[in-house]
Amino acid sequence: MTVHLSSPAPSRRGLPRHLFWPVGYAVAALLVFLLLFAKHRGYLSPAFSDFLQQWLSPSSIIEAVVWVICALGLNTVVGYAGLLDLGYVAFWAIGGYTAGWLMSEFFYQVNVHVLGSVPQARPGIHLSFWMVLAVGAALCALFGALIGAPTLRLRSDYLALVTLGFGEIIPQVFTNGENIGGFNLSNGTKGIVPVDPISVGGFRLGPFDLHWKYLIFVGLAVLIAWISLRLREGRLGRAWLAIREDEVAASAMGVPLMRVKLAAYAIGALAGGIGGVAFATHVNSVSPERFNFSISIILLAMVVLGGMGNVWGVILGALVLAWVNSTGLQQLGNALNDLTGRDINLPSYNYLIFGSVLVLMMLFRREGFLPESRTRLVLREHGREGISGEATLDYEAADDMATPGTGEDIRVVGEEPPDAGEDVREGRI
Amino acid sequence: MTQITHAETLRPPLRLQDIAFRVSAVLLLAAVTTWLVASLAASPVQFFSAALAGLSNGALYALIALGYTLVYGIIELINFAHGDLFMLGTLFSAYLLTVWLGQAASSAVAWVLVVVALLAAMAFCASLNVVIELVAYRKLRRAPRLAPLITAVGMSFILQNIGLKWNGSFPRQWPSLLPSEALTVGGVKIDYKIIIVFVVTIPLLLLMSWVVTRTRQGRAMRATAQDQDAARLMGIDVNRTISFTFALGGAMAGAAGVMYQQTVGSTKFDLGFQLGLIAFTAAVLGGIGNLTGAVVGGVLIGLIQGLNDGAAYGLGQKWSQSVVFGILILLLVFRPQGLLGTPSGDRG
Repeated sequence: MTVHLSSPAPSRRGLPRHLFWPVGYAVAALLVFLLLFAKHRGYLSPAFSDFLQQWLSPSSIIEAVVWVICALGLNTVVGYAGLLDLGYVAFWAIGGYTAGWLMSEFFYQVNVHVLGSVPQARPGIHLSFWMVLAVGAALCALFGALIGAPTLRLRSDYLALVTLGFGEIIPQVFTNGENIGGFNLSNGTKGIVPVDPISVGGFRLGPFDLHWKYLIFVGLAVLIAWISLRLREGRLGRAWLAIREDEVAASAMGVPLMRVKLAAYAIGALAGGIGGVAFATHVNSVSPERFNFSISIILLAMVVLGGMGNVWGVILGALVLAWVNSTGLQQLGNALNDLTGRDINLPSYNYLIFGSVLVLMMLFRREGFLPESRTRLVLREHGREGISGEATLDYEAADDMATPGTGEDIRVVGEEPPDAGEDVREGRI
Repeated sequence: MTQITHAETLRPPLRLQDIAFRVSAVLLLAAVTTWLVASLAASPVQFFSAALAGLSNGALYALIALGYTLVYGIIELINFAHGDLFMLGTLFSAYLLTVWLGQAASSAVAWVLVVVALLAAMAFCASLNVVIELVAYRKLRRAPRLAPLITAVGMSFILQNIGLKWNGSFPRQWPSLLPSEALTVGGVKIDYKIIIVFVVTIPLLLLMSWVVTRTRQGRAMRATAQDQDAARLMGIDVNRTISFTFALGGAMAGAAGVMYQQTVGSTKFDLGFQLGLIAFTAAVLGGIGNLTGAVVGGVLIGLIQGLNDGAAYGLGQKWSQSVVFGILILLLVFRPQGLLGTPSGDRG
């Protein structure tokens, strides 16, 4: 299913093309909210409610929204600016621990309450959820810039490696952080429990108010998506796309590479911080073992599956893979076992499934399922014209069969000297 | 007047940024030296046994790092799946020796079988690596750079899942067939196992270097690394050469797998991810694409890790990964071309 976002052709539904996805998502989000609300109030029949609990539990829906927030952040770095970030989990962790520090009794030595959601008598730092969101986002943006600053001059694959190292160091710091020079930074493997609930004005969300929590998280996701879309249209977004497609040309046109790349890192990290804070309040705790490398890879798979650079595609990819990861595999496995009478532990194949998603997408549909029109142009059409794809085929044909090439083959090879292909490859994505 | 401007163009004045950069590099080196001397002074015996354990690990890192550096040298791809290939090598060795051949204790027959397992694991990993290249990377050789990198990460995940299904999700301890005695030199205990690691690794490294620098196939490899199209014009079968490179790297990973399984003994499905990253750091430390560099880097990283884990003022094993990645990040900031690499204009 290919959707030409930029084409002005009127849609079948009589809806302008550019409103198709936003309106679709809004309707879907509203329906899910009504469903959650009805479930909370007990309006649904018990059988249907059980079915929902199994296949689409409120908790997994909320978690999926957190994944959407983080995937949109990673999309800014990978999809827009074309910088591979394999340590995105670090920002999620930093956001989570910000919530742990500022919204719990963890620092019991002090007693700071600023619009907090717990009684004044409780020790620790208790800030309002909204303030912590801002702090977490700012802290992550700072770390994003810090890790980016010295490494952005490097070639892109080195950058991937440094981010990977960063994504390993940060969780290890939190895992071992119960005694850093006598200071308890993170409570080690025990993590920080419990994290305060969210409060809006004077109203405090209880553990069963999942529908309101869902609404708040959707609001955050909308904010991030809106920022992404607006940035994409603006000067910064155009600069990102330019360096993604050809760094040298972009630089020659006056794009300040370092500043623009740093901005991509900082803004991408910011979304990770917001996702991290939201996630910590969702599960009421922060523990280090959750922040492992596979999170970074699943996020990458979401961005790649949905279509790098296309916000709507990334949201869809994140929702689908988050559901598969949290409930889908388990439920499908159970259903399959019931059907066939065998005992296959489907969730234990999740690495295989996410790995295969990455490999197969790269081999057969590099631009993702909902490609941004521009990405498709870059990744596919040039190949058709013989800069990369066709040229390779011709070489291989010449190699393998040693048949004298037909006139057409020679023409293609001759038109595009191999070096041109090479240069183009360096700068792209 | 003109002379002054001329002199200025010859040697641009140092900017504050450059000065800060150099000063911090020197300070960093000084700090490391102080730490080494302090650890040595505090407990020489502990220092040397930690260094020895580190060196033995370093030899294995060197073998794995060679696989990274060979592949990077020839197709400029960070082969993320390489560490997991090593992990499958350790599993293959463990199953072959312990489960299929039923060896559990050190004996003369067992030693012969270890050699057989070494060859078998090398063949196993070499063919696996060739298949991976054929399936996952060949089609993407001229694709944008991000594409094969993502494929490699995906491949790494697939191999980890295979390891998970094969070995279970928990670390598993396997019996070692090598002699467990040790000899003592000046208070420092030297395990025979460590000596055996060197006895196996050093000839393999020499053989590798002979293949790459002296044989016809090695020359084809170097030509392909320099310019694939020119190499093709000279009649080199580029696809076969790249396959051969992957086979060579895979064989080294297989050998490292057997030696790791025989000396450390514990295997886990995500072992390859951790060791692979360390080995890649080693390859970058030595200068990626440079074979000698990979060996030097591997030994150095092993040494640093060993000292961090065991020496008097080391941070201990739980910070091992952070120290190694810290080195990687600092290295890429201060000397991205590595210790033995030559600076390239390709950094931008």
